[in-house]
Amino acid sequence: MPKQKYRYLEHTADAKFQAFGRSLDEAFKNSALAMLNLMCKSEAIKLKQEKKISVNGKDLKALLYNWLEELLFLLDSENFIAGKIKNLEISGKESNYKLEAMISGNNASAYKFFGEVKAVTYNDMSIKEEKKGKEKRFIIQAVVDM
Amino acid sequence: MAEQVEIKKISEYEWQIPRAGKMNVPAVIYASEKLLRDMQKDITLEQARNMAMLQGVLKNIVVLPDAHQGYGACIGGVGAFGMDDGVISPGFIGYDINCSIRLLKTDLTVNDFLKKRTQILNDVFINVPSGVGRAGKIRLTRETTKDVLEQGAKWAVKNGYGIADDWKKTEEEGCMKTAKASEVSNRAIERGMPQLGSLGAGNHFLEIQQVEQIYDEKIAKAFGITEKGQVTIMIHCGSRGLGHQVASDYIKLMEDKYGFASLPDRELINAPILSELGQKYYAAMSAAANFAFCNKQMITHWVRETFNKILPCKIDVVYDVCHNIAKIEKHDIDGKETEILVCRKGATRSFGAGRIEIPEVYRDIGQPIIIPGSMGTASYLLVGTKKAEQLTFGSTAHGAGRVSSRSAALRNFRGEQIRTDLAKQNIEVKAASWKAIAEEAPQVYKDIDEVVRVSHEVGIGNLVAKLKPLAVMKG
Repeated sequence: MPKQKYRYLEHTADAKFQAFGRSLDEAFKNSALAMLNLMCKSEAIKLKQEKKISVNGKDLKALLYNWLEELLFLLDSENFIAGKIKNLEISGKESNYKLEAMISGNNASAYKFFGEVKAVTYNDMSIKEEKKGKEKRFIIQAVVDM
Repeated sequence: MAEQVEIKKISEYEWQIPRAGKMNVPAVIYASEKLLRDMQKDITLEQARNMAMLQGVLKNIVVLPDAHQGYGACIGGVGAFGMDDGVISPGFIGYDINCSIRLLKTDLTVNDFLKKRTQILNDVFINVPSGVGRAGKIRLTRETTKDVLEQGAKWAVKNGYGIADDWKKTEEEGCMKTAKASEVSNRAIERGMPQLGSLGAGNHFLEIQQVEQIYDEKIAKAFGITEKGQVTIMIHCGSRGLGHQVASDYIKLMEDKYGFASLPDRELINAPILSELGQKYYAAMSAAANFAFCNKQMITHWVRETFNKILPCKIDVVYDVCHNIAKIEKHDIDGKETEILVCRKGATRSFGAGRIEIPEVYRDIGQPIIIPGSMGTASYLLVGTKKAEQLTFGSTAHGAGRVSSRSAALRNFRGEQIRTDLAKQNIEVKAASWKAIAEEAPQVYKDIDEVVRVSHEVGIGNLVAKLKPLAVMKG
């Protein structure tokens, strides 16, 4: 069975999710998929255009916030919806983290959206590392405003 | 599971979270027992307690009947801050700055409208852009966007979208004069440029209704509501991506400047009102509010155009209220009229007769209050009161408020079924997707009738008329 990438949790007004990964990079990538799939089916997006993304953050939470926000920014300003994320890499350390990734997607007008994420929030946000024997797992939790 | 926050019953509709720990003031909840129980299911009351910990907060935090969990501050929460020692927090205002409601009245009756309902709904759906990732009908330049940010609804009227009487009956006359486009980032402007004149998605909607009941004939008449069966139109939308980006930009700037280590919740990051950053945020927030005013003005124009092609009639603005906003207003603090900052998050202003902020035509009556229900339920027109000025810094509820999550809605309801159910109640719905209908199922919202009843009983917003939906468009 494939490993679960993310799951949605109960939240009265907005949307809360947890995203998982064996590495921090993977968990960040899955967080983006969790958010995108609140709006449309990311698997259905044709990968017609590729963009290189680079965001910074003074801590990991800020990095997550800025990463997710960048995807919303592209949607509003360029009408670009991401469908796939490749080569996501986090570098740097406390007080200056950097994330780079390649995202591919298409013009958003071609798809049916069933929800709109208005903004990323820090509410209930957590980024945790779990160790089970030799296995490491990262769990990201976030609430986005809908 | 939500933590149990200690509450004290004061009277049938009033409860208190007493001051304790780091709280600077108590929090007062206006709710029936039923509505209070809804609030206890999530972290609404914990958030109210956090809000009471902010610096310079006055008297008490107000929790309104429709309150539910938000981020940072609860939705349906009001806080007032002293100008000299208080703070301003983007999380206490919300990401969708000036997410707000406009009510229009027509001279049509329900029977006229029903004959053309489907055609009008279909055409409104085409003529008013909505949904995610769909650009508005006009594309602004950076410079014109700045004009919109400083002129609000007046920009729209000046450019042929509507008439001056429209903005005259809008909160702030459709333009917060404190706006400065220069304090809005390029990033925010880039998000706003393609979106002016679009409804958005989620809980945003455009609804055509009929007057079902009139509770106060004299006041209703003054607001232009004259008889049962009269057709009204309600528009709910906000400042779109531009407002979201303004909030997020200033959250970051405030974090960089002040840090968040001492905060009960990172989303309550704030700056002193009179600090440079506090002032800049207020100017940018005002600009985002103006974007929202302009947005609804343009939508109003396209609604008028659509009706006039199919069923010519007269459409006038009744009023337009802000949610998610901070305002500098004069209130009685310890017996002295004092200028303070009132933050209303998911709350509507409620001013009684006489206040200078109320448009002249309504000044002797009180400010109109518009409280929308959910998709299948009634909406209400109320009037502001002096009592609200005493109890809630001039505020009342803003809507039904959700009680259950989107994921629960998707598990429990199907869009197709909801549409059929609503059709049986003579309500036609058109939305971008079935899923969007399911997420906004009437059952996931609080009982709107109970919310407005409590507002009326407490006297913080009195009932004037009840409006029943006939046709609903969701983004």
